[in-house]
Amino acid sequence: MNFPDNLRYTKDHEWIKLEGNIATIGITDFAQRELGDIVYVEIETVGKTLMAEAVFGTVEAVKTVSDLYLPVAGTINEVNPALADSPEVVNTDPYGEGWMVKMTVNNPDEVKALMDAAAYTNLVGA
Amino acid sequence: MKNTPFTQKHIALGAKMAEFAGYNMPISYSGINDEHAAVRTNAGVFDVSHMGEFILKGENALDLIQRVTSNDASKLTAGKAQYSCLPNEQGGIVDDLLIYCIEENKVYMLVVNASNIEKDWNWISKFNTKNVEMHNISDKTCLLAIQGPNATKMLQPLTDIDILNLKYYTFAKGKFAGVDNVLISATGYTGAGGVEIYFEDKEGNAEKIWDAIFNLGGPQGLKPIGLGARDTLRLEMGFCLYGNDIDDTTSPLEAGLGWITKFTKEFTARPILEKQKAAGVARKLVGFEMVDKGIPRHHYDIKDAAGNKIGFVTSGTQAPSLQKAIGMGYVEVKHAALDTEIYIGVRDKLLKARVVKFPFV
Repeated sequence: MNFPDNLRYTKDHEWIKLEGNIATIGITDFAQRELGDIVYVEIETVGKTLMAEAVFGTVEAVKTVSDLYLPVAGTINEVNPALADSPEVVNTDPYGEGWMVKMTVNNPDEVKALMDAAAYTNLVGA
Repeated sequence: MKNTPFTQKHIALGAKMAEFAGYNMPISYSGINDEHAAVRTNAGVFDVSHMGEFILKGENALDLIQRVTSNDASKLTAGKAQYSCLPNEQGGIVDDLLIYCIEENKVYMLVVNASNIEKDWNWISKFNTKNVEMHNISDKTCLLAIQGPNATKMLQPLTDIDILNLKYYTFAKGKFAGVDNVLISATGYTGAGGVEIYFEDKEGNAEKIWDAIFNLGGPQGLKPIGLGARDTLRLEMGFCLYGNDIDDTTSPLEAGLGWITKFTKEFTARPILEKQKAAGVARKLVGFEMVDKGIPRHHYDIKDAAGNKIGFVTSGTQAPSLQKAIGMGYVEVKHAALDTEIYIGVRDKLLKARVVKFPFV
């Protein structure tokens, strides 16, 4: 499985990429494999300011539904528009085309405190 | 956790494995959508060896089967199978099952759900007052379902039995892939056609048959299929899954299984069910498709337009063949007519759905 070195990771299997105080968030390669074929991503929190670990949406696979947890506190700015018609890109390209939201983070240091690729790899036993 | 004789094959093929009914079972291999499409358009192999098999033998075997099941097993002649259920004393369902007539009036095989093997065995034993010989052969019986429009064509070279022309719900016994005494049955849980094959787990039979099937079918696109796609395939057909759509609290009449409930004979809870039929059921299992975007899941509430609870979802999924979300659930009879608008409580929202007929595909 692939866990890029330039990202940070959470125990809930989200990844976060920080550029200035703007972060892009998605789910990890491990998470998409566990979920299987993703058929629907529901995110209705654009404009909302949420705490770290708050639920910002849900992802539906054929067999299961799973909540999406915000890695750090901040405000959701944008949802990936491609997910509405092609939720399967989360399976095929979880770190690229399959990104989920962009947000303004309250405190960039919170991102640095999350797991790096090595620690996350260790967590999922990959 | 128990293994089937094929567990190592699944692991070697890279299947995602999980516990189901106490067995380590494959959930998916290449992905549910891909496996589902393989079965609908070509052929796929399911290891369902976790299912239970009982043999009932003797001059009173049919009498016992008649008393514990709802369908009329006296209609069965050798080589025929029947879908039926075991009603409980309240008119609910202990389990649903298949009954195979091996020898008329003498030998029958009952095929039951893996999660209910012990429950069914105890239930049937309780009514066995006339010394019918009962054998639980579940642990030594392998069961593979090879399903799909091309399944029988692919398998025909492995046997002299004419499986291409085997009629629905009939079976034959013979040699398959060099293994004697294989029961081949034109049944399945997918609505895609194909067969199910039963054989004893001994002397490397399991590996021999699995390998023969894939050596022949592999180059023709035959795929191994997990329990995930088994569920989406059966759901598209509107087939009931015990524990979801039917259970100890649902009656066969409510579940749309009136066609396997025959009042031409005596059986458990017959008076209750007969009365229910005469009076009409209060709730009914219906199929529905989502109008609003969202996916119904087991136990979600079903409501009317005003938000009053009128029932609950028993099964739901995104249907791979239809590219839309479908479900099954019990609703009050006045909401059960085709095209009725109902609402599914998905998290904090009410999403519109419409009652449709079975099967969905």
